[in-house]
Amino acid sequence: MVADGILLRVKGLTKKFPGVVALDGVDIEARAGEIHGICGENGAGKSTLIKMLTGAYTPDSGSIEFDGVTYTSLDPRRAMGIGIGCIYQELNLIPHLSVAENIFLGREMYLAPAFNVLDRAQMNAKAAELLADLGLVVSPTARLGTLGVGHQQMVEICRAVWSNAKLIIMDEPTSSLSEKEAHDLFRVMARMKERGVGILFISHRLDEVRENCDTVTVMRDGRTIESFTMKERSVADIIQLMVGRSIQNKYPKEPAPHGDVVLSVRNLNRKGVLHDISFDVRAGEVLGFAGLVGAGRTETARAITGADPYDSGTIEVFGKDVKIRQPIDSINAGIAFLTENRKEQGLILIQSVAFNATIVKMHKYAKAGWLSLKRLRDTARKICAEMRLKTSGMDMLVGKLSGGNQQKVVIAKWLLSNARIFIFDEPTRGIDVGAKVEVYKLINKLVADGAGVIIICSEMEEVMGMADRILVMHEGEITAEMTQQEATQEKIMYAASGFKQAS
Amino acid sequence: MSNEALTNDKLPGDKSIAKSAAMTEKLYQLGVLLSLILLCAVMSVLSPRFATMDNLMNVASQAAVSAIVSIGMFLAILTAGIDLSVGSVLALSTMMMGIASDRWGWGPYPAILMCLGAGAALGFANGLLLTKLRLPHPFISTLGMQKMARGIALFVTAAAPISMFPDEIQYLGNNSIGQVPVSFILVGILYIGMYFFLTRTSTGRYIYAVGGNKEAARLSGIKVNGILNLVYTISGFTAALAGLVLAGRVNAVYPLAGLDYETDAIAAVIIGGASFFGGVGSIANTIIGVLLIAVLRNGLNLLNVDSAFQTFAIGAVIVVAVAVDVLRQNVLKSAR
Repeated sequence: MVADGILLRVKGLTKKFPGVVALDGVDIEARAGEIHGICGENGAGKSTLIKMLTGAYTPDSGSIEFDGVTYTSLDPRRAMGIGIGCIYQELNLIPHLSVAENIFLGREMYLAPAFNVLDRAQMNAKAAELLADLGLVVSPTARLGTLGVGHQQMVEICRAVWSNAKLIIMDEPTSSLSEKEAHDLFRVMARMKERGVGILFISHRLDEVRENCDTVTVMRDGRTIESFTMKERSVADIIQLMVGRSIQNKYPKEPAPHGDVVLSVRNLNRKGVLHDISFDVRAGEVLGFAGLVGAGRTETARAITGADPYDSGTIEVFGKDVKIRQPIDSINAGIAFLTENRKEQGLILIQSVAFNATIVKMHKYAKAGWLSLKRLRDTARKICAEMRLKTSGMDMLVGKLSGGNQQKVVIAKWLLSNARIFIFDEPTRGIDVGAKVEVYKLINKLVADGAGVIIICSEMEEVMGMADRILVMHEGEITAEMTQQEATQEKIMYAASGFKQAS
Repeated sequence: MSNEALTNDKLPGDKSIAKSAAMTEKLYQLGVLLSLILLCAVMSVLSPRFATMDNLMNVASQAAVSAIVSIGMFLAILTAGIDLSVGSVLALSTMMMGIASDRWGWGPYPAILMCLGAGAALGFANGLLLTKLRLPHPFISTLGMQKMARGIALFVTAAAPISMFPDEIQYLGNNSIGQVPVSFILVGILYIGMYFFLTRTSTGRYIYAVGGNKEAARLSGIKVNGILNLVYTISGFTAALAGLVLAGRVNAVYPLAGLDYETDAIAAVIIGGASFFGGVGSIANTIIGVLLIAVLRNGLNLLNVDSAFQTFAIGAVIVVAVAVDVLRQNVLKSAR
């Protein structure tokens, strides 16, 4: 161990991706035997930072000093070798193998190494010891898949301990745990801390950060904003630091008069995903859904549009109760769902602009069963001209368009479906500033024409800039509702972190 | 104005990339056609019998059966699937026709309907295995069907063939209109019909959409399962229709008919430029693939090449065709 107790010292770490600076000179110091929280909004750079520390990404500049040795970059093998372990959101374990087999996966103990003969007895004994050490009552021979998520995570931690990890990074470890499981996890974390292991704890749940972390670093826009001792600060301070940027007027919002309710959702439930979701959208209104990634916003949209099933609840469109079993039901009801993943879910990249634009209910372009190719192309050309799509022609493959232009094809496709309710999931993700403004203007035009619009945005600025009314979700529930005037980033962040009725 | 300036599109570059990708496709198709011509030229030189009218008619009538089977295979591969059961479905459908006609004394037309209906039903079953039972890939469901259908075909007559059919059943495989065999006309009608179905009906376009991106197609309101059921039903139907032509030509049905037909059909479809990754390909090129395989087989026969080597050669052709497919997809991807 190093004299000043500093285990990890990240200095000026920078990583650029085409078009974005993901990390911009990040500095962090973490000590052995302490839990260090890292907080930040979606896109603040937390994941990128983790990926540098675990060697998944190579930094463009800056250095990582670990245990007294300075590295300019790491690769996964070396990161593991020097003692950096990581517990990911999605567990990297094999459900069909036993607990002990999982703990020792890749670092097995052998009776006869030359012949690859495993020493099962010793591995089981050692696993039992590791498990007991963390205070866990789990049999080393139990099949991993039979364990709950919380215990599986503990197995992952045992893996890290066995590999002599000096620093364990935990990325949203409690997101899929019950309260009791989370409590057990914190107990284990405390025990590891006593043993001198350093922990980097990344969580959206600020109450957990407050209760368990010794020090906290807040990140925003790829930079470290401030590091401090948790005792000296409050959750409110953290939120202030997380959001603390001024909103420039990059949102050309033009309010439209509101009409009747066009979409009314009541008590929408999906087990383990959505809980009693109820809301209305009016004609001419932009309703924003704010919240953190995984809060259930996309899942709400997917249930309403038939992409996923729902267990109970009612959906009324223009005052009529509709049963939505598959996407075509919601399309026929007049709902358009513009998914967040254009490439995976929105477009057929190996097909032309004309094909993609006219794919929804293509049969309406047919006469006596035969499609009029001319009508298809003329329709596509007209809508693409309206949207100022930049393309070499209607036969151009969509996969070869820029992100902004791809998004325009998606919008064109849904405009042609005659939808009156538009659900945009992350409408401006991955497109440049100019194209963003065009998308906003299009949303203005939609509401001006009397459509109802829902936007799901992870950027708080965006949802505050464009929505008339904002619903905040947290873990499958709506935790707050506010008008554009009432909304502040602090209020949204409170509700998004699970504090109800923030004021 | 400023927005315009900010949208960062490299149009000239895009255009040339799109063009070069389209060029790659055109070149490939031209290459396949040239290979066919070259192969014919080489065969004519090597074997004086190759270019005779008799032999060419023989090649073509053999190709007719394979061409019809390949239509269904093309559709299956277009949806990123495969139909390994076509040969067995052909055998079982025609056996059912034989039994209906020979044992049960059905008239020729009901017997023909039995054949086509059995094929469609077996194909539909393939579809249901995939869409309802949710088997992980049509490779599994149609492999199961391949074995089950072949087993039943062997069982129903204790492996005995049935021959001597009425003229109506033999019509498609054995008659000519003027100098042109009816089977050629049938293939022509089927390919032209399928071409228009795929390019000019919404259902046809949906098949491309499902093959190109299943999830995007579903979220666009396309009933993906319905499309897949339809595709495998058509594949079963075309296999049975090919069986009808074959039965007419040889005036017999036998339970080992259509053995390995799926291999030739897969090879023909892939050589014809369809992609195993789905969503890409033209039925018009499939016929070129069919002819290439037929000429290759016929030529090797004429040259008295050992049948063991013929089998090897077809296998090699498939591997090369798929390898080329992968290369083409990579070219398309890198252009993206």
